[in-house]
Amino acid sequence: MAKPASNIAKSSNALMNWVDQRLPVTAFWNATMTGYYAPKNFNFWYYMGSLALMVLVIQIFSGIFLTMHYKPSATEAFASVEYIMRDVEWGWLIRYLHSTGASFFFILVYLHMFRSFLYGSHRAPRELVWIFGMLIYLALMAEAFMGYVLPWGQMSYWGAQVIINLFGAIPSIGEPLTEWIRGDYFISDATLNRFFALHVIALPLAILGLVLMHLVALRENGSNNPDGIEIKANKDENGIPRDGIPFHPYYTIKDIFGVAMFLLVFAFVIFFWPEAGGLFLEHDNFVPANPLVTPEHIKPVWYFTPYYAILKAVPDKLMGVILMFAAVGILFFLPWLDRSPVKSIRYKGLWYKIMLALFAIAFVRLGMLGMSEGTPAQTVEMRVWTFVYFGFFVLLYFLSPGASTKPLPERVTH
Amino acid sequence: MPTDGVNKKRRRFLVAATSAVGAVGAGFAAVPFIKSWKPSARAQAVGAPVQVALHGLKPGQIMKVQWRGQTIGVLRRTQETIDLLPEVDVDLRDPQSLESDQPPFAQNEARALKDEFLVVNMHCTHLGCVPQLLPQVGPQPFEENWKGGFFCPCHKSKFDMAGRVYKGVPAPANLKIPPYSFLDDQTLVIGVSPEGAV
Amino acid sequence: MNTRASAIFFGLIALFSASIAIAAGGGTAIQHANLNIRDTAASQRGAKLFVNYCLSCHDASYMRYNRLAEDLGLGEELVMENLMFADAKIGDTMEVAMRPQDAEIWLGKVPPNLSLAARSRGADWLYTYFLTFYQDETGGWNNLALPNASMPHVFWQLQGIQKPVYSTHEGRQVIDHLELAQPGLLTPAEYEETVRDLVTFLDYLGEPAKVKRKNVGIWVMLFLSLFALVAYALKAEYWRDVH
Repeated sequence: MAKPASNIAKSSNALMNWVDQRLPVTAFWNATMTGYYAPKNFNFWYYMGSLALMVLVIQIFSGIFLTMHYKPSATEAFASVEYIMRDVEWGWLIRYLHSTGASFFFILVYLHMFRSFLYGSHRAPRELVWIFGMLIYLALMAEAFMGYVLPWGQMSYWGAQVIINLFGAIPSIGEPLTEWIRGDYFISDATLNRFFALHVIALPLAILGLVLMHLVALRENGSNNPDGIEIKANKDENGIPRDGIPFHPYYTIKDIFGVAMFLLVFAFVIFFWPEAGGLFLEHDNFVPANPLVTPEHIKPVWYFTPYYAILKAVPDKLMGVILMFAAVGILFFLPWLDRSPVKSIRYKGLWYKIMLALFAIAFVRLGMLGMSEGTPAQTVEMRVWTFVYFGFFVLLYFLSPGASTKPLPERVTH
Repeated sequence: MPTDGVNKKRRRFLVAATSAVGAVGAGFAAVPFIKSWKPSARAQAVGAPVQVALHGLKPGQIMKVQWRGQTIGVLRRTQETIDLLPEVDVDLRDPQSLESDQPPFAQNEARALKDEFLVVNMHCTHLGCVPQLLPQVGPQPFEENWKGGFFCPCHKSKFDMAGRVYKGVPAPANLKIPPYSFLDDQTLVIGVSPEGAV
Repeated sequence: MNTRASAIFFGLIALFSASIAIAAGGGTAIQHANLNIRDTAASQRGAKLFVNYCLSCHDASYMRYNRLAEDLGLGEELVMENLMFADAKIGDTMEVAMRPQDAEIWLGKVPPNLSLAARSRGADWLYTYFLTFYQDETGGWNNLALPNASMPHVFWQLQGIQKPVYSTHEGRQVIDHLELAQPGLLTPAEYEETVRDLVTFLDYLGEPAKVKRKNVGIWVMLFLSLFALVAYALKAEYWRDVH
């Protein structure tokens, strides 16, 4: 049946054998791609992980090229960004790739996390996938924060001022801590230079390491799926999950289509809407940093605004800081808060659908309010949604064990 | 999962098509990154042509200017100097300037657009030191029969009054001539060849 | 995914998008500039206005003259003759005539670099700014978009002199609108066109690559659509195995 191998095929086989005897390339490929079975019912929500990985690569690549022209000093940084935008050939494109990539990274990560809320992907035995994911999220937030300081615009400077001052709220060690972070008595060239080092190499290395751990942990138990049932529970006579399909070629090919659709949206923003109305590139950041002039309205970039709103909602500085960190911290405990016998929203009762919808609305609404001036009415609303945000986790813990569930299917559905 | 009845030809075609489009896309995507390495507008501005006013330059005098990080010498030669040039040809490695770096208009005995002015890159073709101008004809410690020229102190290379390298010295080629042209009789532009071509 | 989740999801997107608000700052209604950034003639006129009226106090030091010459179709000779100071070179950046220390003394503060004014303030704000200069009670210049601006109305000869008309609002005197007390060399419509030309140029100054960005973008979108089509066909073909 098979044609006799051509000479090229024979040589490449021989080459592969030589390599495989020294480096387990084929074994690795079989273990992670052709021999790794993923549930066949992945939907829209399952594109985000591979897309986030692609954006990470884009950020590293575009970031390296930016570093070739950027000058990390307080006197030269702002001008060097304009140098990239104007004097370096195609510099404007490299810059927009990086700024748009940063925001899209968070869009994808938030959608990626939301999938977990929908289908219980963080539940046992995948708790460590979630924990590593949360650590990636923390590293990403630090990375983005430091990256935003680098253009040394008004928002870079004053955003850094506000966030670093938050650490000053910690009793007794607060002041020395902020001085230690800044490397100076005020936000200065020293701060900029060290943020540059952390942003360019330290955090990217950490993120790469964490992503690797995240993927290894995932591979250990395999992916969850929209029905929240374990496909390994139903294997055929060869030990292959009946509802599983080999990752390659089915998901490699499907993910390529996902990449194409994502790039269409990504390219549209880069080429036609890079500032995104001031959301991705804030208007105030086109003014060089001026320690003597405070901008009318200091606010972090959109992806931090939900937490910023929680901070602003609390009248006490220290309690605000604690609650803000708690809002992120509580996510670490999610695998243990949901005690429902079923993983997926599809088989939980109406209570979960309503709660999750409210949680999502709370997150978005807090984000919008985080960008606002903070009138008394807005502050009241921030408090309400903060309550809803934390309420979700509390109610989840207490309601999930007893709530009625729908019967789980034997095989996955679409 | 049924694998019989799979249209292998169609799959191969679609994989090839997607790969081809993808490869083309990757090629297009690479272009901005590669082009970003070209000298930026700032580098080009700093490396822009340099105008030199000639009215203060006396015969036998040299003026040095910077162009693209290089020291360029503008030497005003006397008629005697120009007449003496053919006499040293026999001692030179490349008297016709066949292997050295100069614009087409400078491939002549005087290595210049106008014989009176030598516009020369003052970096020794050996390892880049700037040679001294010793225009006087007469014996020198390094050469009995010195007819005037450039002497490099680093490794003792010798060049004549047209920047041509002598035989038996470490420097392998004549001093380079940059592109240049005359805006008018009194103004030299280094970096632009005649007719505007660089 | 199920329709209820989709509805919530896209509703949230819409909600979030609706929150994009650009803080106007200052105290007046922002008028729309309605620029055509592809109108090279307008940018050229704007460049001339900018050099004549602005460059004596403000710098635009992120912009190079030779780029102006190329992007606006002016050619280097025209730029050197009409837009540049005598000793400047074509590759130089657009520096200001006045030294910062002199500006501090003469004007009270250093006039800002205008290279990015259109990106930090926005074209509409700039347009409104140039239209709303008026002479206030002190006899000096003031501005509705930027109250108590240090800048004089450099275009007063073109626009004429506007004076405020007050009305009472909640017991306080507020400026209701401006009226032209003394006409200038241009009619109001002509002045608006002049301002539009200047703002078109300022918009270009803020991001010279904007037109190229959009032009390249069209090709990129077309190419990616082709790629998406081919990728979809490939996916559909292989996934017949699964369905």
